[in-house]
Amino acid sequence: MIDKTVKNAQVAVADIPSNCMLMMGGFGLSGIPENCISALLERDINGLTIVSNNAGVDDFGIGLLLKKRMVKKMISSYVGENAEFERQLLNGELEVDLIPQGTLAERVRAGGAGIPAFFTPAGVGTEVAEGKETRVFEGKTYLMENWLKADFSIVKAWKGDTAGNLIYKGTARNFNPIMATAGKICIAEVEELVPAGELDPNEIHTPGIYVQRIFQGVNYEKRIEQRTISK
Amino acid sequence: MLTKDQIAQRIAKEVKNGQYINLGIGIPTLVANYIPEDLDVVLQSENGLLGIGPFPTEAEVDPDLINAGKQTITLAKGSALFNSAESFAMIRGGHVHLTILGAMEVSENGDIANWKIPGKMVKGMGGAMDLVASADNIIVAMQHCSKSGESKLLSACSLPITGIRCVKKIVSDLAVLEVLPEGGFLLKERAPGVSVEEIKSKTAGKLIIEGEIPEMIFD
Repeated sequence: MIDKTVKNAQVAVADIPSNCMLMMGGFGLSGIPENCISALLERDINGLTIVSNNAGVDDFGIGLLLKKRMVKKMISSYVGENAEFERQLLNGELEVDLIPQGTLAERVRAGGAGIPAFFTPAGVGTEVAEGKETRVFEGKTYLMENWLKADFSIVKAWKGDTAGNLIYKGTARNFNPIMATAGKICIAEVEELVPAGELDPNEIHTPGIYVQRIFQGVNYEKRIEQRTISK
Repeated sequence: MLTKDQIAQRIAKEVKNGQYINLGIGIPTLVANYIPEDLDVVLQSENGLLGIGPFPTEAEVDPDLINAGKQTITLAKGSALFNSAESFAMIRGGHVHLTILGAMEVSENGDIANWKIPGKMVKGMGGAMDLVASADNIIVAMQHCSKSGESKLLSACSLPITGIRCVKKIVSDLAVLEVLPEGGFLLKERAPGVSVEEIKSKTAGKLIIEGEIPEMIFD
């Protein structure tokens, strides 16, 4: 087995340059690569374009990268929960490309799967369709959307092995498996890293072929945005 | 006039046994509280879950289990987890039977606007554009008028639209209305104590009234 292990987050992100394109898994704050975000904050880089469904909150997740002015552009579906984000956007310091969530997911999937474009009904007749090719199939109009690929994709999984195989937990899976496929280099941080052979091959979500670097993360905070309790 | 909970309660009567259902954020989320217990339905969460269970107890809280509104949840019996591309594949692929979501405006031909107000901070459409473009059965939960009293049921949407010709039914605080394929809001039911005249005066789009309009019945 090819060993994909790196020592820690600092080593994993050490060669990410300014002005590159990054994908980051997560939905809200669930399943975000906390360790790699912390390690990126220590790097002196900027001009990043980040593909991520959301943009974190002011003091956690991608919000921390925004606060340090490391991000030039966000490609997301929903960016509501972040005052610093709003300030930078209104001041013209940050570009944002808002994409329907299913289109975002499929563009990432297509990027990893070698499909340069596809047709979707989402956004037909809206401003999302402006400037895009449309085509009618079986009487319904569809929009052409292009694949998305990144220089680096950074994902968070529950368990992983040294061969880069990954298993996710709960709804922390979200965009992580598809983003793992769409980065030229995929960095995976996991809560538990085991030697190759210890995970059940029947239960692998992301096969190790997509993953170039893997390490066991530390001190996961797993912050909750809306703690909602049954009476 | 109906409260938000009563809007949710009325919408729950549209739910049928065996349906897979996507509930939007806000009033639609409340619908889950009123689905009769003898119906077997499965709630889809766009972030990758079929089978949303009740909110957790303090001891059950798991940061790795949230719904599309980022609230902590539990897994229902028989649930399944998947990634975001698969989630929207089942939405676009027509496998979800019923979509319930909120709206800022609906037009008489079924266009919906619910994602953007020009001049205000744009938060994004999330999964709404995928849902409205794909579902065969879309019910909208909304207030009939804005806070300033302007009708939100219009001949054409004034706000940027989320999807075209997609809304089939509206449950507002005043009425239940069907959106006809040829255009127009067909008045089906009145909220208790609300007159046809009031609904007429608060509906800017084409309103169709046929015969006696019954009051909604709540159990």
